[in-house]
Amino acid sequence: MSDYLLKLYITGKSPRTDRAIANMRQICERELDNQYNLIIIDVLEQPELAEQAKIIATPTLIKELPPPLRRVIGDLSDKEKVLLGLDIVASTP
Amino acid sequence: MTDHSEPEKVKKLATYIEGFDQVGDGGLPQGRCTLVTGTAGSAKTVFAIHFLAAGIMQNNETGVFVTFEETPADIRQNMASMGWDIAAWEREGKWMFVDAAPDPSEEIIEAGSYDLGALLARIESAVSRIKAKRLALDSLGGIFYRFTNEMVLRRELLRIARALKDMALTTVLTAERDSEIGEISRYGVEEFVADNVIILRNSREEENRRRTLEILKFRGAMHHKGEFPFTVIPKRGVVVIPLSAIELKQKSSDIRVASGNAEMDKMCGGGFFRDSLVLISGATGCGKTLLSTEFIAGGARNGEKCLLFAFEESREQLFRNATGWGVDFRAFEDAGLLKVVCEYPESAGLEDHLLRMQSLMTEYKPQRMAVDSVSALERVSGAKGFREFIIGLTSFTKAREITGLFTSTTPNLMGGESVTEAHFSTITDSIILLRYVEMFGEMRRGLAVLKMRGSMHEKDIREFSIDYQGMHIGNPFRNVAGILTGHPTQLVNSEAERMGSLFKEGL
Repeated sequence: MSDYLLKLYITGKSPRTDRAIANMRQICERELDNQYNLIIIDVLEQPELAEQAKIIATPTLIKELPPPLRRVIGDLSDKEKVLLGLDIVASTP
Repeated sequence: MTDHSEPEKVKKLATYIEGFDQVGDGGLPQGRCTLVTGTAGSAKTVFAIHFLAAGIMQNNETGVFVTFEETPADIRQNMASMGWDIAAWEREGKWMFVDAAPDPSEEIIEAGSYDLGALLARIESAVSRIKAKRLALDSLGGIFYRFTNEMVLRRELLRIARALKDMALTTVLTAERDSEIGEISRYGVEEFVADNVIILRNSREEENRRRTLEILKFRGAMHHKGEFPFTVIPKRGVVVIPLSAIELKQKSSDIRVASGNAEMDKMCGGGFFRDSLVLISGATGCGKTLLSTEFIAGGARNGEKCLLFAFEESREQLFRNATGWGVDFRAFEDAGLLKVVCEYPESAGLEDHLLRMQSLMTEYKPQRMAVDSVSALERVSGAKGFREFIIGLTSFTKAREITGLFTSTTPNLMGGESVTEAHFSTITDSIILLRYVEMFGEMRRGLAVLKMRGSMHEKDIREFSIDYQGMHIGNPFRNVAGILTGHPTQLVNSEAERMGSLFKEGL
C-alpha cells in the first residue's frame, strides 16, 4: 500500500477549521494506519500556496498521492464522502 | 476642495472606457462594487477586462482580475487582439490574476460545511501585493455551478463584497442573465452584493444585433438613464456612444460656403451655412450623387478638405461618374483635398460605421463631408439604431463645424418620403428635393429647396438638366402642380394664370 500525501487547506482559526482538523486526524488514524503524511496549510499565512493549488473554498482537502488527485471540500464531517473522495474503502461499516 | 467636505458623497472613479465616463457621470462609484450583467455574448468579460486595462494604460492604476471561467492563458491570448499585453503588465506588477477557473478533469466532493475564505484570502493577498485600486471578478456563474449550496455562496459573496469595500477597491463583478428582460441576474445576488448595476444587452432588432449599455442604478450617485449603444472593436475595446449625453450646444455659423453649383447658391440665398447639414432627397438616378459630387468639387476648388463616404458605389464608379460631369476626383486626391471612403453598408454594424466615420473625421479634419447615401445604412439597422446613428453623426459634424451633405433615396420614383427623412428632417438645416416630373409623356427633373434654416430661399420648383459639365438649373415649372407629392398634373394656361393671381400677394 502506497503512502498518502494529504494537504488540508484552512483559513485561520475557527470552529470549522478545528472540526476539519479533528475529523481529518480521526480518519487518518482509523483508516490510513500511519501510511500517510498530512500537511495543514493556513491560506491566510501562505496565500501563494492556495493560489498554486487554486483553492477557493476552505477547508479543502487535497489528496496528492497516490494519484489521481482528489479534492474534498468542507469540514469533513461526512466521513463516508471523505473516504469516497480519497478512494478508501472503510474498514468499519 | 478640502478633504472634509461632504464625506457621504459618492465619488466616481474614471474608468477611461471610451464614452462610459460620460454616461456614468464621471465613471464608476469609487470604492464600491458594480454588478455588470448580461446574457451570453453581451461583452461582460471584455468590459471587466477593459476596466482594468484602461486603468493601467491611462492612469497607471493597478488591477486584480479574478477569473471563474476562462483560464488566464485564454484571457491573455484573447485580449491580444485588443492590443492589451496582459503578460507584460503581469511582469511589471500592474496586473495580477487570481485563477479560480475550474479544472474540468477535477471532481469536487463536498463533505461538510465550508466557506470561501481561501478565495477572499487570495484576493486580499493579490491586492496588497500589487497595491491594486481596481478589481474585476468574472463571472459569478462560474462559481455558482461548481458548488451546490447556493445559500452558502450568497452568504460568502456578501462577506467578500463587504471585505472589498473595506479595502476601498472599485470592483466590477459580472453575472449572467437568462434573457434580455426580466431578472437582473440568474442568481438573485444583486440585491445584496452590489449597490450599482449595469446591464449589457445584445438584442436583435430586425435582422441586426444591437449592443446597448444601461446603468440601472448607482446608489447615491448620478448617472445618465436609458440605453446607450456600444460596440467592441479591436485595439479600442468597449466603446460606448453617449448619445443623449450629447448636449445641444452647437453654435450656429452665419458664414456661407459654396454649394458647388452657382445657381444652387442663389436658390439658397447665397450658399449653405458652414456648419449646416444638408439633406438631398430623391428617387434613384435623379441626381443625388451628382449634387454631392458638385458639393465636394466646390469645396476642393476653394482649397477645403473634403471627405466622401460612399455606401452605394465603388471607387471606380464614383471617379468615372465625376469625370463624366467634368470633375477630376483624382486631382483633388493628389492635392490632398479629398478622401474617398467606399464601403458596403453590410460590412459592419451601424455603431462600428459611426465610430469609424468619427475617427476618420478626427484624423483627416475635413471642412466638408458628404455621405452618399445615408439611406443605404438603414439596411443594417433597426429604426432606433438608425436614429441614434444619425444623431451621433450629425452632432459630431456640427461640433467640428463640418459642412455636411447627406443623400437619401426615396423608395418611390415619383415622390413620397423615406424613413431616413422621418428621422432626419428635423435635424437637418436644409432639405433639397429632387423629383422626376412626367410631362407630356416625357421624364424631366425638378429641384426644390424645401427648407433652409435661418435664411431666405427660393420657393420655386426648378427644372434641371444634367450634361458633361454637371447640373444646370433652369426655369421653374410654371404649369405643373403636385410635383412634390409625386402626382404631377399639367395645368392649362388659363388655370395657371388664375391660380397665380389668387396667390399674388401671398407666398
